[in-house]
Amino acid sequence: MAAKGRIVWVSGPAVKADGMADAKMYETVSVGDAKLIGEVIRLTGDVAFIQVYESTSGLKPGEPVVGTGNPLSVLLGPGIIGQIYDGIQRPLKDLSKVSGSFIGRGITTTPVDMKKKYKFTPSAKVGDTVEPGNIIGKVQETDLIDHSIMIPPDHPGGKITNIVKEGEYDLETELAITEKDGNKIPVKMYHRWPVRKPRPYQKRYDPTIPLLTGQRVIDTFFPLAKGGTGSIPGAFGTGKTVTLHQIAKWADSQVVVYIGCGERGNEMTEVLVEFPHLKDPRTGKPLMDRTVLVANTSNMPVAAREASIYTGVTIAEYYRDMGKDVVLVADSTSRWAEALREMSGRLEEMPAEEGYPSYLASRLAEFYERAGRVKAQGSPDRNGSVSLVGAVSPSGGDFTEPVTTHTMRFIKTFWALDAKLAYSRHYPSINWMNSYSGYLTDIAKWWSENVSDEWLSLRGEAYGILQREDTLKEIVRLLGPEALPDEEKLILEVARMIKIGILQQNSFDDVDTYCSPEKQFKLLKLLVQFYKNGQQALRDGTTLVDIRAMPIIGALLKARMEVKDNELAKLDQLGQTMIEQFKSVRGVTVTT
Amino acid sequence: MSKHGGVQYSKIAEIKGPLVIVDDVENAAFDELVEIQTKDGEKRLGKVLEVGNGKAIVQVFEGTTGLSVSGTKAKFVGKVMEMPVSEEVLGRVFDGLGRPKDGLPDPIADKFLDINGEPMNPEQREYPRDFIQTGVSVIDGMLTLVRGQKLPIFSGSGMSHNILAAQIARQAAVVGTSDEFAVVFAAIGVQYSEAEYFRRSLEESGALKRSVLFLNLADDPAIERIITPRVALTVAEYLAYDLGMHVLVILTDMTNYAEALREISAAREEVPGRKGYPGYLYTDLSTIYERAGRLRGKKGSVTQMPILSMPSDDITHPIPDLTGYITEGQIVLGRDLFRQGVYPPVNILMSLSRIMKDGIGEGRTRADHQEISNQNYDAYSRAQEVRALAGIVGKAGLTGVDLKYLGFGDEFEKNFLSQAIDENRTIEETLSLLWKAVSLLPKNELTKVKDKYIEQHYKER
Repeated sequence: MAAKGRIVWVSGPAVKADGMADAKMYETVSVGDAKLIGEVIRLTGDVAFIQVYESTSGLKPGEPVVGTGNPLSVLLGPGIIGQIYDGIQRPLKDLSKVSGSFIGRGITTTPVDMKKKYKFTPSAKVGDTVEPGNIIGKVQETDLIDHSIMIPPDHPGGKITNIVKEGEYDLETELAITEKDGNKIPVKMYHRWPVRKPRPYQKRYDPTIPLLTGQRVIDTFFPLAKGGTGSIPGAFGTGKTVTLHQIAKWADSQVVVYIGCGERGNEMTEVLVEFPHLKDPRTGKPLMDRTVLVANTSNMPVAAREASIYTGVTIAEYYRDMGKDVVLVADSTSRWAEALREMSGRLEEMPAEEGYPSYLASRLAEFYERAGRVKAQGSPDRNGSVSLVGAVSPSGGDFTEPVTTHTMRFIKTFWALDAKLAYSRHYPSINWMNSYSGYLTDIAKWWSENVSDEWLSLRGEAYGILQREDTLKEIVRLLGPEALPDEEKLILEVARMIKIGILQQNSFDDVDTYCSPEKQFKLLKLLVQFYKNGQQALRDGTTLVDIRAMPIIGALLKARMEVKDNELAKLDQLGQTMIEQFKSVRGVTVTT
Repeated sequence: MSKHGGVQYSKIAEIKGPLVIVDDVENAAFDELVEIQTKDGEKRLGKVLEVGNGKAIVQVFEGTTGLSVSGTKAKFVGKVMEMPVSEEVLGRVFDGLGRPKDGLPDPIADKFLDINGEPMNPEQREYPRDFIQTGVSVIDGMLTLVRGQKLPIFSGSGMSHNILAAQIARQAAVVGTSDEFAVVFAAIGVQYSEAEYFRRSLEESGALKRSVLFLNLADDPAIERIITPRVALTVAEYLAYDLGMHVLVILTDMTNYAEALREISAAREEVPGRKGYPGYLYTDLSTIYERAGRLRGKKGSVTQMPILSMPSDDITHPIPDLTGYITEGQIVLGRDLFRQGVYPPVNILMSLSRIMKDGIGEGRTRADHQEISNQNYDAYSRAQEVRALAGIVGKAGLTGVDLKYLGFGDEFEKNFLSQAIDENRTIEETLSLLWKAVSLLPKNELTKVKDKYIEQHYKER
């Protein structure tokens, strides 16, 4: 029995309605004559407190509120990829057909085109016993995505009594009928799943495979693993969004879910404009064919911003269940936390730090716990992963504020953006002293097996140089560089080269924007070799001035832009030239 | 009496700060416009902030001074606040609520538009790509402005932000003469002299007849400031999307706006966020700034240049901080440069234009633009480090290359950054000044530029 009540109070996105004794927590409701979409977030007697996902301007006490009986859910089926949704999975394209350039209210749409036909290839047959998660067939959703049709997790399973032949079907077609205990239950191409409930899986694995992003400072220095969690906090202008876009573009996952949560409209437009033209470096297909966007920009209703995170992660879990690696990027979790704060304030809850509700930490923990590399339910056996990357926008760039500090408790890779680096145009401005990755040793095996067993030690040596430089910088700041002996000046020089030649990466340069693991490794090796040769040369009596004057340095620093991924032999040649130049500077010194 | 408005509620239960609480309300809507009439017939405007349980909380734009609990009537108008718009608004001066202030009658309205606007559908946005030549080297070369961008000026009290904004408005308007342009200027709690400077500057350049001015001056009611940017943007959207004009909107000073918002929040006894500003300051500011942009299938554009003065020049203060998270970059004025008499005193290292990359390059400005700009950023940042070091160890402790960077820093500030307030440089002049500056450095220091551009443009000095 759906609840039917009346509005008694309106303030911004918060509405109270009475006569709602039959309503359930987190049930979606239709609010007012305009039929705005809302969700019940508190029940006191027969009064329901409702957060409304659309602008409440013009709403009056006395207007009706009607329950739907269902929690806020997303529709999961083919047609999701390539879409841009608002926070409650309404396709923005369809909204614009109804309300034009601006977002109207009270519009109901279906998340995907229910009439579109896909070619279904069954893999199950009549008589098979199926359980939740079993794949009964496939459709090709986009060029990049073969979409498994699974028995939904809340389906009781049973024996297949009927299944369609290979052919073109739309989403509403009953593809199969199962029977259990005398009940016949149809299976369609889609099902619905409540967003606030994590989708089930069989078991969870340790993350041991790196999520390669083509970004050197990430992959080489502070890697993320498939199924892992990462966070990227930074003041405005430090390049959060650019870094997240880079991850969404180049991560070696099969599906990317990009959530623009309370951020700029133009940034979502940029993804929409750019991704169809960019090619996935591994498959050569447009990146849009593996991407789904959830856009709830800062000026769109604040309650839907809160929902957008859950909508996105549920979609990610669905593709994970097919055995795919999914990366979810959320920009920015701070705006989501602010939405929580705003609703909490309207509920007149007792605030914790900076007005945020006391359950902020547990909500963040619940969200990041939805990451993981798992064995999916049902057969055939398949492993999939959801990697979560959340941006944090700390007020004033202060990392001690609640959202940053709580987030740090629940993530394993931390990319600390640094305004000073950004001011000096060192991009990505990830501070190498404050960042960390908890996956380094877990994924070292992958690098040994796939690239080189020297990777971990070279990375350690390069990082050691950066750490030494950090201490030496203090001395230089007080006494000037000339106060240091040549050995230490060499460290400063090589650290500078690592910063320019490896850590910095120009995401707007055609070559530099993506760097393969092999190229990353070779660049790293070149600079560590340069350091070792430099040390030897100094021991042999060469001066630093001669080393600095070596023409190879310029070439080493520009190699990231000038050497393409398919011509890595050039890097080996650079290595040869470097050795020769070292021989000659040492030769010169010996004769003088 | 109709269901929609016209009902008069005389019973005012409470007046506190800018708020009036009306009792026995039966048919008021959230956000509805309210007309308040005092005992002696004076009318003021307000809007419903909260309604329910027979009460409405109404925010009075012109302030509550002189209102009394008895004898004051509140009328719920039955619609949200609207601004009458038509082409006739060009050349006109309005007050902070959008009422004529130039002694002329109300413009005949083509349409009445909700001043709150509606959020643009991101799917319907056109990505900003058209370079705006402002003739100011530091902006064109290093912080390029693009049509549909929102690029604020972060300033401090007393600095030359208004002169810079006026120069941009004049010169940007002159360049794209084939397209229709307009300037919408909203003064939010600024002094008369500042607003007057702007008006005169537009008048002298002949741009006044293509401008619309909204003036809420320092001595006008503070709560009105909540409305001023919204009426201005409503007019701007009409000019852009209905009439196809390229509109530059200047909002000054957004700090006064945020303070008015804080005043209302405090009166409502809301849980404050940082420095007493409401927790929803970010969301509220975004409903102003996000109204910049371009739309698919529409000719015009709304480019925003909000100006805000950072209290104590502190960029981490909530107002500049939250603004920077919403806008597409920021132009930060530096106190040091200002003291040295540099105009415009732009601290390029703290400044940024996020969509510059999409508005420049081959076919827009020049192929080498991005890289030469990166190189100058890099070099200027290095020059600043060397200056700091020279302050400690003296010039004698510096290496030869370091000294070259010192020279670069001076050249950059003196010949590239500085320019006269009526000097309008072309993009070609700007780019050649950038090359001229880095030409003071040895060739192998140019690590951000491809070799082919070095061959074309670099002449070692």
